[in-house]
Amino acid sequence: MSNTAQTPWQDIEPLLSVQQLSKFYAPGKGCGDVSFDLYPGEVLGIVGESGSGKSTLLNSLSARLAPDAGKVIYRSEQFGELDLYAGEESLRRQLMRSEWGIVHQHAADGLRMNVSAGANIGERLMAIGERHYGDIRARAEQWLQAVEIDSNRIDDKPAQFSGGMQQRLQIARNLVTHPRLIFMDEPTGGLDVSVQARLLDLLRTLVAQLGLSVIIVTHDLAVARLLAHRLMVMRRGEVVESGLTDQVLDDPQHPYTQLLVSSILQN
Amino acid sequence: MYVAVKGGERAIDNAHALLAERRRGDRKVTELSVAQIQNQLPLAVDRVMTEGSVYDPELAALALKQASGDAVEAIFLLRAYRTTLPRFGYSEPLDTEAMQIERRISGTFKDLPGGQTLGATYDYTHRLLDFKLLAEGEQPTELETDDRPLEPCPRVLELLNKEGLIEPSPKADARPRDITREPVDYPAERAVRLQNLVRGDEGFLLSLSYASMRGYGDSHPFAGEIRSGRVAVELVPEELGFPIVVADIALTECEMVNQFHGSKTEPAQFTRGYGVSFGYNERKAMTVALMERALRAEELGEAVNYPTQDQEFVLSHTDCVSANGFVSHLKLPHYVDFQSELEMIRRLRRETAERDGQTEEAEV
Amino acid sequence: MSQADGYNFAYLDEQTKRMIRRAILKAVAIPGYQVPFGGREMPLPHGWGTGGMQVTASVIGTDDRLKVIDQGADDTTNAISIRRFFARTAGVETTEKTADATLIQTRHRIPERPLKNGQILIYQVPVPEPLRFIEPRDSETRKMHALREYGAMQVKLYEDVARFGHIATSYDYPVMVNGRYMMCPSPIPKFDNPKMDRMPALQLFGAGFEKRIYAVPPYTEVKSLDFDDHPFEVQQWEGSCEICGSDHSFLDEVITDDAGSKMFVCSDTDYCRERLAEQSAATTEEVAL
Repeated sequence: MSNTAQTPWQDIEPLLSVQQLSKFYAPGKGCGDVSFDLYPGEVLGIVGESGSGKSTLLNSLSARLAPDAGKVIYRSEQFGELDLYAGEESLRRQLMRSEWGIVHQHAADGLRMNVSAGANIGERLMAIGERHYGDIRARAEQWLQAVEIDSNRIDDKPAQFSGGMQQRLQIARNLVTHPRLIFMDEPTGGLDVSVQARLLDLLRTLVAQLGLSVIIVTHDLAVARLLAHRLMVMRRGEVVESGLTDQVLDDPQHPYTQLLVSSILQN
Repeated sequence: MYVAVKGGERAIDNAHALLAERRRGDRKVTELSVAQIQNQLPLAVDRVMTEGSVYDPELAALALKQASGDAVEAIFLLRAYRTTLPRFGYSEPLDTEAMQIERRISGTFKDLPGGQTLGATYDYTHRLLDFKLLAEGEQPTELETDDRPLEPCPRVLELLNKEGLIEPSPKADARPRDITREPVDYPAERAVRLQNLVRGDEGFLLSLSYASMRGYGDSHPFAGEIRSGRVAVELVPEELGFPIVVADIALTECEMVNQFHGSKTEPAQFTRGYGVSFGYNERKAMTVALMERALRAEELGEAVNYPTQDQEFVLSHTDCVSANGFVSHLKLPHYVDFQSELEMIRRLRRETAERDGQTEEAEV
Repeated sequence: MSQADGYNFAYLDEQTKRMIRRAILKAVAIPGYQVPFGGREMPLPHGWGTGGMQVTASVIGTDDRLKVIDQGADDTTNAISIRRFFARTAGVETTEKTADATLIQTRHRIPERPLKNGQILIYQVPVPEPLRFIEPRDSETRKMHALREYGAMQVKLYEDVARFGHIATSYDYPVMVNGRYMMCPSPIPKFDNPKMDRMPALQLFGAGFEKRIYAVPPYTEVKSLDFDDHPFEVQQWEGSCEICGSDHSFLDEVITDDAGSKMFVCSDTDYCRERLAEQSAATTEEVAL
């Protein structure tokens, strides 16, 4: 962060550069020809209805689904500039447990449901070689507090947690190794409105405090407005509009975006 | 004074003698001959040959006799024999289109070139116990014979292929890998999957394919064609350079037709599932074909949601010899690991009791 | 003893032995790494020692002396069955004495008497993959080994400490070999784990059904997984062996009557016998004096 403050803005290099990325399962199913840059500290929202290709795109960006065409370039702290899919799978997997975090829509996809909250948070630490039980536990307690979970729940399993707590635990599990880039897939999906608000508030604080870069997929424009600096609107696998969040939501240009925005207003 | 369990050597010898005695049964009853098993229990023999991967009805019948009729044990015997056999070559691919058809049916077309032949089948028998067999009242059967020469019987699926409605038969590897000689790694290619399935336990595959059609899998199959009959096995000896017939074996082949909704590159069309077995084991050929197709989910871009579509799950657990070995190894002594667990459980219970004791004291 | 008619020396054909020896050499070169090999059908069921037998058959020679133990004992039925198999197919000399054996095939124990350089200890392995119960897929576990992704295994140990205050795995306790590969020691009690570390003898592991061979060369570091503040520890017994009085060997619990009375005896029968012989020799000497 201090780094970016000292560098003149025009010299800052993007953290992630996406070039003509395409991945289709069937005609109209997937995403096509997507290009954008993501800068350090930036939160990019990808919005659109379900089936618009958002999740396919997110999976391809986060090295979990090889695209049919195009490139994803990531500037890694450890490995320098990386063409994700040209390189070894080992690099992608190392990124996933060090510099990256992934917050899944369903907590069960991102957590180990059969082990305690402490073990869930401690896993990444142990993966990078931490071998002191007391230290691992202390760090897990700190992170539980940071995501507003009572630290005496450390030995409880995620199944005993509410939906909102499970999502917060997932976030703690990712953040414990101080990643730079977080991918989120509908992190507030399926939660009550009041629970959503608390989670969004927490996410906003953490993103600002830790200077995280985030790519967040959501169908909920309210979530996008609260978190994202910039938006990409997707429809049938293509990006139809992109720009600063306020600009896109307050003055939508594409008819589809207009429809999306107006349908929210009617609600 | 405690005496440790000794005398294992004698126990083993006695167990073998007892087993031989029980296998023979009541000596007033005539001993069963291998020829009788081979001739009168041919479907059991076919299963043992198929899963044992050796086409030798006499040895398969011998294995059944030695195993007291236990198919899994008999398959094991045949396999252990097979592993010591030298290889002297690989046959040419079998030309099943030239099969001397004894049975040929299709669930997809009412009539087809070459016609349907019902052949010997249990399919339309009423499952009523035949007490005449109990009385050993053998009656000569009157067979209506048909002396007309066989018409050519092209494969049913090739008829669909002419219209482009079904995928072309997947390209075969020049020389398939031999799974009895090399370890399998995943994902496994088609030839490896097929070998594994053909050697696979009939009951396991039957139940899995049943599950795949009941919603635990995206399977909507039709029996395109099932044919049984004899096929020539040809080999090209190096010194001759041209094929010679080395054997004539009975075979059952099944080709299933499955729906496929198409992908981004392929228009909608039918897909294939292939199965084969030694002898007249139609159930096996069908289940192999069903599972072969189910395991192609990934390559066809279908979602893999069920164990029936999961290569590693299915292929690692098909083998009855392995499965039986692993389950039965629980009969071996586990004194040491059990002792370790015993010690651990006692320790954990002691610790809990001590902790509870302490809290009670604290409360007092 | 003669060799069985119609079969090659030690049952397997020479081609197969060569293939297995190549796998063993690779395994020795990469300590703890599981080498896939073309495992053969053996005339014993999978899970009964077919992996260990294939390794034994590939390294055994006419001048070897073979010892086979199961649960530490030479006289359990499976040990007898395997010993007989090699006596019959290889015609080699067999022994129950750990000190005299050149090859020791074992299931679930390491002999109490320290092994020497030049001896080979061959373990029978049912499930060679330490990560199997965390990740059932082989394609995935192979990647995890390649990338040293061992965090998930440590999670299991963390859970034990969080729940019980200490690690609760008692046998088949995972180890790190030469600081690189995580390895199953086979279902030996963790009591035996320290014996593997820098053992002068060559340790070979064979898993028949899973078709894997792995090895620990002599004098190689073998470290049981643990935490810095919860170090690895082995089982201890309050009593000692009621036959030889040993207070430092692994003891089997034997129930002696239907009231649940029990006694503890050495699981290593040769070790127990040896101690007993030494004691009686000592007493005779005393008497003589």
